[in-house]
Amino acid sequence: MARAYHWLLPHPFLTLLLAAVWVLLQNQVSAGMVVFGIILGIIIPRMTSIWWPDTPQGFRLGKMMSYTVIVMWDILVANVQVAWIVLTVPNSKLKPAWVVVPLELRQPEAITVLAGTITLTPGTVSADLSDEGHSLLVHVLHTDDPDGVVDEINTRYQDRLKEIFQ
Amino acid sequence: MSIEMIGTYAVALFLLIGSGFVAVGVIGLLKFNDSMTRLHAPTKVGTVGIGALLLASIGHSFVLGETSIHELLIMAFLFVTAPISANFIAKVNIHRRSCDTPPEPPRDDTWSTLNVPEDASAADKSAPS
Repeated sequence: MARAYHWLLPHPFLTLLLAAVWVLLQNQVSAGMVVFGIILGIIIPRMTSIWWPDTPQGFRLGKMMSYTVIVMWDILVANVQVAWIVLTVPNSKLKPAWVVVPLELRQPEAITVLAGTITLTPGTVSADLSDEGHSLLVHVLHTDDPDGVVDEINTRYQDRLKEIFQ
Repeated sequence: MSIEMIGTYAVALFLLIGSGFVAVGVIGLLKFNDSMTRLHAPTKVGTVGIGALLLASIGHSFVLGETSIHELLIMAFLFVTAPISANFIAKVNIHRRSCDTPPEPPRDDTWSTLNVPEDASAADKSAPS
């Protein structure tokens, strides 16, 4: 039974997500479209499961929701700060810097979420990963204190992601 | 003041906020003179600028009475794809050495963009004979 479930639904979250995206694309909720979305949500992960062999384990949806809210708020605040930098700081006084964030996360999904978060919050762009995946290279637009940026990324994002992807 | 009026003002406000942030992004793109700092401008446009414009679009459809939430999908896809394109542009910049050389990573040998497989570099040396 468990094997049949795993064969039919290799990624249950992906199934739900695809069904929700299908219903949103239709722009109206009707029973037929929901059923068709669920059928698509079963067929597509089944057909592509050869490219994603592992299901991420121990993913906590509730903490991910609160993380999303925090990131949205940070995006808003940082946008205003960066807009201020763009409009007021002249090029000669701009202090861009490379910083290196040591990674404690090991799952590829968690590192992807962290790198995406860093790029989405303005002022920082994640540029590269070291060859064995132990550090993340981040470019900062304007900072006086590069170590503070690393500390903030660690305490604000990385620690929370460690709890989400245990 | 009717609910339609409030909705219309909210839509206008979001349009102004969104276009303001897009304008700041464009100014940043024109003003900065280094390829890595220039990369920071589009990430702003991609998040709050487009987000506010899409909120205005959602609000407009509600005011007209035709509920439309397609825009949520646009926002979700933008949030997923914007970091990937930014990452690719950054990798190209590092690879072409068109920016300051990044510091060495503390625990590993090098950054993956700069990592050349050893037999490939040996093949390069032996090729022009």
